Amino acid sequence: MAESTIHVRVERRARPDAAPYWEGFEVPHRPMMNVISVLQEVQRNPVNTEGKKVLPVVWECNCLEEICGACTMLINGRVRQACSALVDQIGTTITLEPMSKFPVLRDLLVDRARMFEAQKKIIAWVEVDGTYALGPGPRSSQAEQEERYPLSKCMTCGCCCEACPNYTPGGDFLGPFAMNLVRLFNTHPTGRNEWRRRIETVMGKGGIAYCGKSQNCVEVCPKEIPLVDSLAFVNRQAVQHLLTGWILGAGRK
Amino acid sequence: MGKKIDVTKCRAAVVGGGLAGLMTTLKLCEAGVAVDLLSLVPVKRSHSVCAQGGINASVNTMGEGDSPTVHTEESVYGGDFLANQPPVKGMCEAAPDIVYLLDRMGVPFNRTPEGLLDFRLFGGTKFHRTAFAGATTGQQLLYALDEGVRRFEARGQVVKYEMFDFLTAVLDGTGRCVGLAAQDLRDGSIRSFRADSVCLATGGCSIVFGRTTNSTINTGIAAARAFRQGAVYANGEFIQVHPTAIPGADKLRLMSESARGEGGRIWVPKDPGDGRDPKDIPDKERYYFLEDRYPGYGNLVPRDIASREIFKVCRHEKRGIGGGDMVYLDLTHIPADVLDRKLGGILEIYEKFVGVDPRKAPMKVFPAVHYSMGGLWVDFEADGRGNIVAGSPRNQATSIPGLYAAGECEYQYHGANRLGANSLLSCIYAGMISGPAMVSYMKGLEATSADAPASLFDGAVEREEKEFSRILDAEGGENPYVIHSEMGEAMLDHVTVERSNGAMKEVDGRIDGWMERALRVSIADRERWSNQAAFFTRHLIGMLDLARVIVRGAIRRDESRGAHFKPDFPERDDDRWLKTTKATYGKDGPAFDYEPVNISIVPPRKRSYAEAGATSKVSKGEGK
Repeated sequence: MAESTIHVRVERRARPDAAPYWEGFEVPHRPMMNVISVLQEVQRNPVNTEGKKVLPVVWECNCLEEICGACTMLINGRVRQACSALVDQIGTTITLEPMSKFPVLRDLLVDRARMFEAQKKIIAWVEVDGTYALGPGPRSSQAEQEERYPLSKCMTCGCCCEACPNYTPGGDFLGPFAMNLVRLFNTHPTGRNEWRRRIETVMGKGGIAYCGKSQNCVEVCPKEIPLVDSLAFVNRQAVQHLLTGWILGAGRK
Repeated sequence: MGKKIDVTKCRAAVVGGGLAGLMTTLKLCEAGVAVDLLSLVPVKRSHSVCAQGGINASVNTMGEGDSPTVHTEESVYGGDFLANQPPVKGMCEAAPDIVYLLDRMGVPFNRTPEGLLDFRLFGGTKFHRTAFAGATTGQQLLYALDEGVRRFEARGQVVKYEMFDFLTAVLDGTGRCVGLAAQDLRDGSIRSFRADSVCLATGGCSIVFGRTTNSTINTGIAAARAFRQGAVYANGEFIQVHPTAIPGADKLRLMSESARGEGGRIWVPKDPGDGRDPKDIPDKERYYFLEDRYPGYGNLVPRDIASREIFKVCRHEKRGIGGGDMVYLDLTHIPADVLDRKLGGILEIYEKFVGVDPRKAPMKVFPAVHYSMGGLWVDFEADGRGNIVAGSPRNQATSIPGLYAAGECEYQYHGANRLGANSLLSCIYAGMISGPAMVSYMKGLEATSADAPASLFDGAVEREEKEFSRILDAEGGENPYVIHSEMGEAMLDHVTVERSNGAMKEVDGRIDGWMERALRVSIADRERWSNQAAFFTRHLIGMLDLARVIVRGAIRRDESRGAHFKPDFPERDDDRWLKTTKATYGKDGPAFDYEPVNISIVPPRKRSYAEAGATSKVSKGEGK
């Protein structure tokens, strides 16, 4: 019996301001299931352990192959994507909670708008003259590509923010992922042109000084982005900017 | 004629934040137009993110004699001559500059030792034409365009409405689109947007087939809603089944064609009862059936052909692994460091979801529904030489004036079968021409949407409120997810690789039942706030509308062409069916109409992949 049933407990709430409560569901265990398919099973039979028909659990998901970043939640206390959380690996007793660092909209659905806002602040783009035909891009070595590509796999999932003790609801820290994006754009042959503007931004409020070096971020990143290296890179550029920019007055506006 | 419209005072709406929507937005912004960008999900999570293998562009850095002319011919040939040829030509000619642009925007494309863009092989060609960023090219392209749009967003020229569901185009008394109504999927509220033109870039409809390689949002809802309003839907029956996906309880995860582009081989044991570990089966006891049956292109035959062969080997010849629905996709002969550099992303997917390292053991795969070649009918304007007229307001225009469509939600570029790595290209190219087309259209307006009466917008919101209330208040005990599962299974079983009129007529009959049940869905909670079950019920109704178009279109087309294969009509029949299917919504089912295909560039010929070079004969001067 116990082997053929998955027991899932979900922290639910009907609205952002509503009190959270726990609700349990039992779902038949089949091979190759992940947390998404457990929740889909609840959608098809939304009856809780007390036998009451309820609204299916609300959560965010899309690609189901750990590349869109949508389905991030706390699974048995650990922040990760629901799609790549396989029942055969995590066991048949499952606890699901929404991430704690972002406003909850309903059940497991959270609003990560703050992460996208951060990308505006740090100028997370390459300034190109336009989308018309302007010939080939800058040459770049294989080594440069191999450094930048892993940094560029960040899917804005929020795992690093959830795990970071210095990223708090309503706080100022832009987040480990944002520092990584500063590195990504500051290492691009054209993106580099704006490096001082980006560094000045992260030398200010919510920037690199907010990192307490707990290194939790790199532990939870599902894409294994070298976040600690990126934080160190940003620190180095900040020092460089301080020396050559602020003190010597070079490159000042 | 009328007053002169200043487009920098215009406001346009783009629905969908994948590659096509983002590129449309960029083009509108560059022309000075303000844009409201609506998306079901934060745009960075759009389905474009799932594309793996790469984007085609005939840059010919490998000295193989490739060119946009060859690319055009191979795309038309790969699509079994159903695509209108001028748009395909336009796309292929623009491709090198598109890839250069993406490179300039920061996409970390793989490089050659000299620091140039690297290109790999893909299906349906003998040329290295596919630029790639590992095996997560779609993700990298999406991020680059997302970043480009964010730049305009930071300046206030783009306003994003993420987690919004398109409900209806708002049409004025003359049938012209002057805006739209949409629902905020967070609080459930419904509001309208005034827009001087609207572009739908809302992706495909594969979720009609239940579990597929697609993201969960790909229900085709926006196209379905526009279809109900009178927009023509074209070639709906052409659905691409990708040959290599891994099974899962929630979805069928794609294993990119690039695996074969980099040398991956498809095989089954010669003895279906061979229970040995695949690594212990010697080469001479393996059956590399694609290489055997298609010596010219081998494992890189187009997807429709590869899927059909795998289906045949497993279902008809009973030669699948262990007699089941599975074949090997083998990469183990390729050095692990090459695999990591070029295919890292998909290897991780296989490892994470199956728990086996594909560098060491062959993967087990089976075909899965992947892409819709069909979609909203859109127009184009070409000159006498088959060149697309840049900036023509007809380009990418649907049959509803002022409503445009770009990307997988429209039908324009792939005919009866899409070649791999042409989808990212078609999305971006369509965006590149829809933006300027909308600008031209808006310049020619006599009045902007700001002058349209408020009652049009209030009326649309009121109608949609009423419909949503009906969904919330319905009784009858039906569950939308259960109905969806049943529909998906039937569509998958009978309307994919092999189609028969008898089985499809049965599915067509069942659609009535599902539709009737979809109107009797009980939602346990009438709260509007983030009520996903209620939203999904609306999507289900849209999917049923599209299922009807797909099935009826397939029943009518008594021939085999590209992805549409009927064993009872195994040949392509150009005399009767070299034409575009056009479906128009009607209460008692869609009405069908057909229009000739523009074949002004590559004359149709028999499509075969047995012999190398067959796909590029005309360009190479051999086919006359």
